[in-house]
Amino acid sequence: MKTDFLQISNGEAIGREKIPHLSFDNFYRNALSIIRVGGKVVHYFAFSDKGKIKLMAVLRKDTLKVASCDAPDVYPSMTSQCEPFHMFEREIAEQYAIRPEGHPWLKMVRYHANFLNRQDVFGNDYTRDIPGNFDYYAVEGQEVHEVAVGPVHAGVIEPGHFRFNCIGERVLNLEIQLGYQHRGVEKMLPGVAPKRLPVIVEGIAGDTAVGYGLCMSQAVEALSSLQADPGAQIIRTIALELERIANHVGDLGALSGDVAFLPPANYFGRMRGDFLNMTLLICGNRFGKGLVRPGGTRFALTEEIRKALNERISELTPQVKHVINLLLTNSSVQSRFDDCGAVTKADAEKLGLVGPAGRACGLPYDVRRCFPTGHYGQLNIPENAKPTGDVHARATVRGEEILQSLEIITTLLSAPVKTRSIENRKLSLAPSSFVVTLNEAWRGELSHCILTDADGAILRYKVKDPSFHNWNGLSMALRDTEISDFPLNNKSFNLSYCGVDL
Amino acid sequence: MIKSIILLGLAILSAPFFSAIILKVKAFFGGKKGPPLLINYYTLLKLFKKGSVYSNSTTFIFKMGPMVSFASALTVLMFLPIAGNNPIVSFHGDVIFVFYLLGLGRFFTIAAALDTASPFEGMGAAREAYFPIICEATMFMVLVYFYKLTGQLTLASYFSGSQPSGLWHLAGAPLFFVIVAIFIVLLTENSRVPVDDPTTHLELTMIHEVMVLDHSGPDLAFIELGSFYKLFFYSTLLGRLIYPFKTQFPVQDLCLFTGSLIAVYGAIGITESVMARFRMDKVPRFVLASFGLVFFATILTMEFIR
Repeated sequence: MKTDFLQISNGEAIGREKIPHLSFDNFYRNALSIIRVGGKVVHYFAFSDKGKIKLMAVLRKDTLKVASCDAPDVYPSMTSQCEPFHMFEREIAEQYAIRPEGHPWLKMVRYHANFLNRQDVFGNDYTRDIPGNFDYYAVEGQEVHEVAVGPVHAGVIEPGHFRFNCIGERVLNLEIQLGYQHRGVEKMLPGVAPKRLPVIVEGIAGDTAVGYGLCMSQAVEALSSLQADPGAQIIRTIALELERIANHVGDLGALSGDVAFLPPANYFGRMRGDFLNMTLLICGNRFGKGLVRPGGTRFALTEEIRKALNERISELTPQVKHVINLLLTNSSVQSRFDDCGAVTKADAEKLGLVGPAGRACGLPYDVRRCFPTGHYGQLNIPENAKPTGDVHARATVRGEEILQSLEIITTLLSAPVKTRSIENRKLSLAPSSFVVTLNEAWRGELSHCILTDADGAILRYKVKDPSFHNWNGLSMALRDTEISDFPLNNKSFNLSYCGVDL
Repeated sequence: MIKSIILLGLAILSAPFFSAIILKVKAFFGGKKGPPLLINYYTLLKLFKKGSVYSNSTTFIFKMGPMVSFASALTVLMFLPIAGNNPIVSFHGDVIFVFYLLGLGRFFTIAAALDTASPFEGMGAAREAYFPIICEATMFMVLVYFYKLTGQLTLASYFSGSQPSGLWHLAGAPLFFVIVAIFIVLLTENSRVPVDDPTTHLELTMIHEVMVLDHSGPDLAFIELGSFYKLFFYSTLLGRLIYPFKTQFPVQDLCLFTGSLIAVYGAIGITESVMARFRMDKVPRFVLASFGLVFFATILTMEFIR
């Protein structure tokens, strides 16, 4: 397919002058034509460069493609033609006050004033500090009732508002409103000293600390021509897979608890701790904070630790297998999971679902296989797409991924890992460059994109959490589902609030 | 009579203890130690020491809910033949009175829930009003059945002394169906798994729990106590059917009765441990199965008796 977009690869720094700067019409046409034939949006954001606002899109099909253009103040919305742009256009409208004309649901994402102090697209007054001054999608009719849940929930979880329109127990529409944890991450990142970058990035979404650290480190490495040695890449892979296992195990346990099937809930709860403690053994932090740094890892894997990890893995693997089996073969659990909150493949394509949520709908995309970085190029990641798109599919995908990750870790730990632990080193980023990194974090495609200016300072740091794609998948899953099944569906996705709120 | 009053006192005191057995059984299946057996007393004490908080939007109905449901559950115990002894109060047709007394308690719980004007509580109230309707059909089928067998309409005539063994003589195997049916009603009425999940924190999936979300302190304690008594009531009915005899030795009777109660509570715990709860739209089918069982038992027995 001929396109004016430039083909790039994951984690490769290129000079910004090489990125095609198209006219807006050309940009618009090319972007739509890529998405229409099954392409997906990785990034679509605005940035301001020497007083001019530009738009940049990173799209993926079989390869990654990038192009930019000058941003008009108002432009015809791409979402009205092609759904995957939906959230991205809302984000751009909020951050840079560029109105996509004809956007079907133009609404704030995080409820904050735009970066340029321009006239707000939504006409909000942000000096009042109560977010929530917006309309919700409403269904009219005598029998329709609205149920509002959150942002304060009956549990220690993150804030998010869920607005259900129901007839009796049946959900007609669910709208999810986030933004209650907006911290201004993207506005802050360009200004911070490079030394602080890893610490801040790891804190964006605490349950994906390794994934975030990895994306940032690979991007910074590409920009400063550093290279992590093979040993460090193996440790990073182990840490990322441990993070995946710990979270999937925890979520399967929570799913089990949500249907009141207690034994797996208890066992998985304990095992989640066991896996977190393995990360603790490697780097002294249960969530892997402080492990991944540009240039390598801060901790080497000594023989002693490798032996201990091997022992723990071989002890836990049969237990994990047994409990996954216990959960997924119990008939009463199956009757809850099957056909619950199904998202069709066609809908998943339009929403651009990624990660386990996407794979459960039959989209086999996995960054580890499609755009491998680090050690993943040498691993054989199997496809595990499931066709049904229901809670059962999401649980099964996660269960299988746990076992795959265990296998990967076992393989990696079979031989001694040699690396040198690195401390924070002085970084100088290449000027006028661009890099995008993608990694399969446990929720799916996590991507960071860095643009530097002529002095080598960060001009724009764009973060995209997989949840940014997937929240609307949860909305879709709830259509025509019983409202009492919402917690179960929510847990089967288990999306990040802070990853979206930034 | 004095014996009956002492037994009622014992029941009132020990009902929270039996509920803790369920927690212990569940903890055992989950590979945990579980809370102490006296946990419910600690919880009640804690709640009674607290103050209650009332929302501005509620009225006196909201405050009445806990008291009425507690009082109705307590009154019901007075009609209950505990350990095979005659109950304190008994009259012709008291069974109907008893079940509608429990219904009265539920009515006020629902009214209090609606009084808060919270959408959650409204949903819970709708569910709580729906499922027990089917339970009521089952329980009345059981009464029709027992009335046919004994020709009497009092709880005492079915469950006191060695009467239950008489039922077994008359009915035989179909009484197993009745036991299963009453067990299903017990699970539904007392919001246990697989109908409801008493331990969940997810408002949207709750049935009974969501209706008492707004109650606090002593009010909540009364609700909890009421639910312990209600569970004790249904468990006693089942316990008497499991161990239907009465001997000359009151202590031995009491011990065996306690044993049968522990068996019933243990069975609840095992049920909660080995299965997930049903999807909300499948619950009516499950509850309706109990009606089917009793209905079937009645038809079977009618044929044989004739």
